[in-house]
Amino acid sequence: MAPAGEAVLEVRDLVKHFPLTQGIVLQRQIGAVKAVDGVSLDLHKGETLGVVGESGCGKSTLAKLLMVLERPTAGQVKFNGEDIYSLKGKAFKAMRRNIQIVFQDPYSSLNPRMTVGDIVGEPFDIHPEVAPRRDRRRKVQELLEVVGLSPEHINRYPHQFSGGQRQRIGIARGLALRPDVIICDEPVSALDVSVQAQVINLFENLQSEFNLSYIFIAHDLSIVRHISDRVAVMYLGKIVEIGDESQIYGAPSHPYTQALLSAVPIPDPTQRDRKTQIVLQGDVPSPANPPSGCRFRTRCWKAQDICATEEPLLTIRPGISHPSACHFAEQAQIVETHDAEEFGLNQPVPTPDDDDLVEPGTLP
Amino acid sequence: MSDPTASAAGVTGTLEGHAGSPPTTAEPGREKPRSLGRDAWEDLRHNWVFWIASVLILILIVMAIAPGVFTSASPTASDLDVSRQGPGPGAPFGYDLQGRDVLARTIYGARASILVGIFATAFATIVGSFMGIVAGYYGGWTDTIVSRLTDVFFAIPIFLGAILVLTSFPSDENTSQVAAYTKVAVALAIFGWTSTARIMRSSVIQVKQADFVQAARALGASNSAIIRKHVLPNSLTPVIVVATISLGGYIGAEAGLSYLGIGLQPPVISWGIAISDAQTYLRVSPHMMMFPIAFLSITVLAFIMLGDAVREALDPKLR
Amino acid sequence: MTLTETGSPAAVPAGTPPLLEVDNLHVEFRTREGVAKAVNGVSYAINAGETLAVLGESGSGKSVTAQAIMGILDTPPGFVTKGSIRYQGDDLLQMPEGVRRTYRGEHLAMIFQDALSSLNPVFSVGYQIAEMFRVHRGMSRSDGMKKALELMELVNIPAARERVKDYPHQFSGGMRQRIMIAMAIALDPEVLIADEPTTALDVTVQAQIMALLKELQRERDMGLILITHDLGVVADVADKIAVMYAGRIVERAPVYDIYARPAHPYTEGLLASIPRVDMKGQELFAIKGIPPSLMRIPPGCPFNPRCGYARDICREQDPPNYPVGDAHDSACHFWEEVVDGTRR
Repeated sequence: MAPAGEAVLEVRDLVKHFPLTQGIVLQRQIGAVKAVDGVSLDLHKGETLGVVGESGCGKSTLAKLLMVLERPTAGQVKFNGEDIYSLKGKAFKAMRRNIQIVFQDPYSSLNPRMTVGDIVGEPFDIHPEVAPRRDRRRKVQELLEVVGLSPEHINRYPHQFSGGQRQRIGIARGLALRPDVIICDEPVSALDVSVQAQVINLFENLQSEFNLSYIFIAHDLSIVRHISDRVAVMYLGKIVEIGDESQIYGAPSHPYTQALLSAVPIPDPTQRDRKTQIVLQGDVPSPANPPSGCRFRTRCWKAQDICATEEPLLTIRPGISHPSACHFAEQAQIVETHDAEEFGLNQPVPTPDDDDLVEPGTLP
Repeated sequence: MSDPTASAAGVTGTLEGHAGSPPTTAEPGREKPRSLGRDAWEDLRHNWVFWIASVLILILIVMAIAPGVFTSASPTASDLDVSRQGPGPGAPFGYDLQGRDVLARTIYGARASILVGIFATAFATIVGSFMGIVAGYYGGWTDTIVSRLTDVFFAIPIFLGAILVLTSFPSDENTSQVAAYTKVAVALAIFGWTSTARIMRSSVIQVKQADFVQAARALGASNSAIIRKHVLPNSLTPVIVVATISLGGYIGAEAGLSYLGIGLQPPVISWGIAISDAQTYLRVSPHMMMFPIAFLSITVLAFIMLGDAVREALDPKLR
Repeated sequence: MTLTETGSPAAVPAGTPPLLEVDNLHVEFRTREGVAKAVNGVSYAINAGETLAVLGESGSGKSVTAQAIMGILDTPPGFVTKGSIRYQGDDLLQMPEGVRRTYRGEHLAMIFQDALSSLNPVFSVGYQIAEMFRVHRGMSRSDGMKKALELMELVNIPAARERVKDYPHQFSGGMRQRIMIAMAIALDPEVLIADEPTTALDVTVQAQIMALLKELQRERDMGLILITHDLGVVADVADKIAVMYAGRIVERAPVYDIYARPAHPYTEGLLASIPRVDMKGQELFAIKGIPPSLMRIPPGCPFNPRCGYARDICREQDPPNYPVGDAHDSACHFWEEVVDGTRR
């Protein structure tokens, strides 16, 4: 599934720690929130890489790092072979043109005091070399048409549009400079259900039209599955499993991925009693004080002593088709999938043997 | 899908509690482009408080520019024969101690009050906004230094500070009128900018976190462009409200300083000076004090009313 | 359609009124910009042990209906203009506020999406739960605290004894929602309304909370009204569904029926727009357009501008509830075509 194209973005050992300080004038560091803690991934040309995980897993910080809205504590990100954090001046500004972002909240992502024309035209003001002044109005109108808005709306203000339409305006702004990569940070989760599908379709159409690469960050696993070629699962600042869409959904091997997939309610009442649900106990630990060894061990039903002492690396393990960061990784089928047989899977989810950690059984 | 505003809706769980508003804006519409400023104006137009305040302020401004429109009497012609004479034909407000027409002097006094008020507000708003933006936008050490500086000035009451400044640098007969106005205005603004700075700072910090500011940064916009196009227009609202209300306050403070004899000095005509002159005769000739005080109160009230109306119109929470 | 689920509607003897019955409810918001008709003739009923899912988007009127039931509508701008809300046959809307208040907490309780702002930050959670017993049951403070601890254990808060004196901000989102649930069930209400209880939570925590709600409902034989936009959650827990659009119920049905045989184009569209495995790489079905403004609801069927089946009659005549099957009705003139699947 994954295009074998060249990598546009190469992320290597990216780390972002936010220092926790005490004191007002003489600040001293008392710890750090390890928001992103050693993330490596590649994004290929024309590909969609889904990033899933729960709140606090660091996916939004990852987006900010890739946009250089934050500087990393360590690690690098190469765009077309060049480290984006070492670029300066003109080269840095030129790089900005190639990576753009679409935000989650369509209400806060547009300046309420600017017209749609000014919002979508802003990229041209900042990068005047892209479009001569006299062409700008026409270009903005073209962009509005591309994202499915009427070009006549150019003089309207954001509050005159619905959430879905505002998201389209945000997408038009992101497209203006013809970027290679668009980071989509939960781009549909604030939209009404009946509007989400429209925006997802738009993302897919734009991708084939402009040969875009997407990093698609979301917590809705079914949407990520629909749009992504490959998927990375994050937990507490680390990628715990990464692979093709069919590998992650069809044969997840990390207990966290399995729990995540099993927790997604299936919109089909006849599946109610048939599916096995792994109900995880407790909450995600604080990223300021993550557990030693494997970060998932405090909620994991497979955890052994080794999990507390030795951190499992994200690597291909015996019997598993894709990289997984678990000492006891085991492929299993969690949700109904067309690829199940491909992986020779028919065994059910491993029955949790420790009742203290996992609530066995299904929802009533 | 949950509306992002809904999470803020709170205890009453008004997910759709304000059901009226989000869908209204959702309908892209039939009318002309409506900016937020235009919406605010639509709101103001239907607010009677705004109209009363505006009419009063307009009259006061005309009074300050062309006092001759309202009275033909001269504010300086004195006739000791009519000293302290009460209101009567030809002099509806009566005469003061030196036999000058109180109506004329009250009307001519508007200029000093309005000018000092506008100057002081302008100085305080410009300085305060600048400090607030610098502290709020750049944060870190810059914020710490500017905020502490603000606190130092904030600790000194405006009126006390102005007295200190004006007694240290007194005006005399050679000071021109404009210089005298400016001096009083600056004395008030030196300690008056702090509230603007504080409001601007918190408003900037709020706007700075909005995604549209992040989007502009992601596009490579410079700090100055971001401040100019995104931060300033979106954080100005509370400052405008404070400026309008404090304008009334400065006018009152000017009168107070002049009353104490350290603000404006005769021969400048001002309500404060008139009140000061009249105080000795309050019991025998109350008219000498009543009229300047009434004008002063109405002016201050008008600006406060205007400020309230503007705040109501601009407050997005009521919208 | 037979419901085999636990908590399926018990055979209610004829003549007994349902536990809670909303009948032809109308609510409008009078704002400066005009009148927004948030709820336009909503009727539904719920019995003990039943789970009714009210499905709709923002602005569909699903939460406003719940607020009207609880009597916590902001008035002004919100006004109930018509209809009745009967609890065991007694119309809540006709009661004086003083009487009505005694129903809240005692018989009807509600939990919200945002548990943090629903809890008072200056009191400990134990104190807040204990207050319920002090105010409604006249218990002493120490007895109330004992009950609070029991409840916190009941909703599976780990180390409840140590945490009973903690403040809301010291709990995670999922734990706060558990505390809200503990407060809601403190007085053993017969009806629990859960307004998007898991929308703000992560998916693994969502599963925990839904499991808890389901368990408590079964134990206490409560009627549960679950307000949500999530078709997945509905499929997991509901017995019957009411789908709302622009302040109306467009379709009512038992849960198995609606997924198998949607009879309203809006329901059909929502189900079709869910990404499915076998649709990978294809365009999703998308309902065109956007929900209408509640100040300008289109005449006739409110869904007609977005509907693939719409004809002239849909623009002129507001469809009645056509019976589709057992306990299944649809407000669509062309429901038969929808059921037959001749979309667009």
